[in-house]
Amino acid sequence: MTKPKKPHLDTLSLHAGARPDPATGARATPIYQTASFVFPDSDHAAALFNMERAGHVYSRISNPTCAVLEERVAALEGGVGAIATASGQAALHLTIATLMGAGGHIVASRALYGGSHNLLDYTLPRFGIATTFVDPRDIDAWRAAIRRETRLVFGETLGNPGLDVLDIPRVAALAHEHGLPLLVDSTFTTPCLIQPCAHGADLVFHSATKFLSGHGVVIGGVLVDSGQFDWDGSGRLAAARGKFPTLTEPYAGFHDMTFSEESTTAAFLLRARREGVRDFGACMAPMTAWQILQGIETLPLRMARHVENTRKLAAFLAGHALVESVGYPELPSHPDHALAQTLLPHGCGAVFSFNLKGTRAQGRRFIETLRLFSHLANVGDAKSLIIHPASTTHFRMSAEDLAKAGITEGTIRLSVGLEHADDLLEDLSRALYAAGKS
Amino acid sequence: MRLTVGGLGVYAYTGTRPVAPAQPTVVFVHGAAHDHSVWTLQSRHFAHHGWNALAVDLPGHGRSEGDALTSVEAIADWLPAVLAAAGLTKAALVGHSLGSLAVLECAARHPDCVAKIALLGPAVPMPVSDVLLEAAARNDHVAYELIAGWSHSPAMQLGGNPVPGMWMMGGALRLMERLRPFVLAADLGACHRYANGLAAAAAVRRPALVILGARDLMAPPKSAYALIGTLPDPRVVTLPDCGHALMAEQPDAVLDALREFL
Repeated sequence: MTKPKKPHLDTLSLHAGARPDPATGARATPIYQTASFVFPDSDHAAALFNMERAGHVYSRISNPTCAVLEERVAALEGGVGAIATASGQAALHLTIATLMGAGGHIVASRALYGGSHNLLDYTLPRFGIATTFVDPRDIDAWRAAIRRETRLVFGETLGNPGLDVLDIPRVAALAHEHGLPLLVDSTFTTPCLIQPCAHGADLVFHSATKFLSGHGVVIGGVLVDSGQFDWDGSGRLAAARGKFPTLTEPYAGFHDMTFSEESTTAAFLLRARREGVRDFGACMAPMTAWQILQGIETLPLRMARHVENTRKLAAFLAGHALVESVGYPELPSHPDHALAQTLLPHGCGAVFSFNLKGTRAQGRRFIETLRLFSHLANVGDAKSLIIHPASTTHFRMSAEDLAKAGITEGTIRLSVGLEHADDLLEDLSRALYAAGKS
Repeated sequence: MRLTVGGLGVYAYTGTRPVAPAQPTVVFVHGAAHDHSVWTLQSRHFAHHGWNALAVDLPGHGRSEGDALTSVEAIADWLPAVLAAAGLTKAALVGHSLGSLAVLECAARHPDCVAKIALLGPAVPMPVSDVLLEAAARNDHVAYELIAGWSHSPAMQLGGNPVPGMWMMGGALRLMERLRPFVLAADLGACHRYANGLAAAAAVRRPALVILGARDLMAPPKSAYALIGTLPDPRVVTLPDCGHALMAEQPDAVLDALREFL
């Protein structure tokens, strides 16, 4: 039987969105380091501005190098398109600002990256947008938190820092039942480990600073639209009707365009680019896009190695006398072990936390004795990283909120890099020995 | 705009412009498994350049009510009713794939309603492979995947969308996944069974533009040669390196060809 043919993820990582440069034949994606683009004539200029022709006008709105990155990540995620943003935070803000204004409400997992938590809990209320945080494992809590004014449901594929595995199919089904889109932060997993859209997520974003880049030299974000959500409720999601006027009613800021009529599958991206990127301006620089593209070319190879190393380190730590617990979903002790086996068969990423026994001083001694692991606030680098969340990334949270997020004073978070696993094991072993002696 | 034809609601995208009977009119007719949004760039251009541009959703597609029409002839008879519902009497008709057959047939059956015709990606006849017909009859997702693969040139299957940031293969699949059950089967069946193409072409008395994609696998250029040889006044534009998804793959070239012709 004739079967559909489509490129594998490894191939898309190298090729999607890019072609040899038509002007020069350059095989690598050129860095279009330009703020603006010349119009062939006045008619063409007007047509570009009015969305009658495709192309680039000004690099805040779109840029050819950024477009390659956007197309590539959209292809890897199985979406219809993407927007590259100045950071992952900008991608999250762009999503929210596109879907709601003052009076809007979000239901979010409480196991979030600290930066996302800051935006939702402390900053957006000042702009009239409220968030209810829920235990990501409690589907009834998700349901109970949805209000009439809710416009978005949001979680991370692997919660921070306890690696709570988001049950994307169940949460997506619940969101859709209420006519709401599910946004997923897939920074920790990348499309190599899970494609959230294939499990029902409607929007996906990445801090591209992390695994997508892998080199830790840029700040950037990418927001992907699955193209699946029925914004105006004219299709399968009648419950969405009337909830998203930014997409379904004429927009005076763009010739009364109704985005859901302009594009059946990409209304969200149209509004996000034509309003959000245009007006808020958190765009990506072409040089940054190019550097992220260099990382993505080797993403499948790197993720396989990240996961291989992580499995070895998690097993080692789980068996060590000074370690109280290890929170990696591939271990049977993790509360989401069964779900992880279903949703994340290729691995649960390379970031995980463990709890040290002993005093705070012993914890400090452990971190300070490490040689290969760098003590810093980042994840997803090719180099191994370590941090103490309670005193850094999550320091604004109360003790109660820390406990709800699964963080204790002894929690240590690792981001396992691409070094040889034996060298990493030796580094951890030596530091644990020093901590035990102190 | 929303119209009523035969008691059923019909949606036509007009580029957010009002329809004015004093202006010339162009109607865009999509192909199998599509809706008006495949014409957004081209139809928006005409709507903002002195034309009434109506990119319709065929019955059963997109925002239009009713069941999908099961023959090319039925679609050809439906188009004048859409014009009448909009208070219009005559239009240039632009059709893609299945839509091109409907436009061809409409020009033969209802010449008074038709000023010119543009046929994009036509094939006469337009046989559909058994594997695709069978998959569509089962509402099997494989049918969408096969169409997406066959509808785009090899280069485009790896990207390079002229619209910044958009992944064309994903967009093509998502659009088809929105179809109601059995709509694709109805569309493909209409293409497969249509047998009047050359007779209709011989009866056309209006200027005709044929736009072909040199890398079209769904409707290879050679399958339009008999049609081109029969039309009394054809103009032919072949887009190099272009597959069946002409409006998406080369939107500017399609627009330029239409502008020059219309």
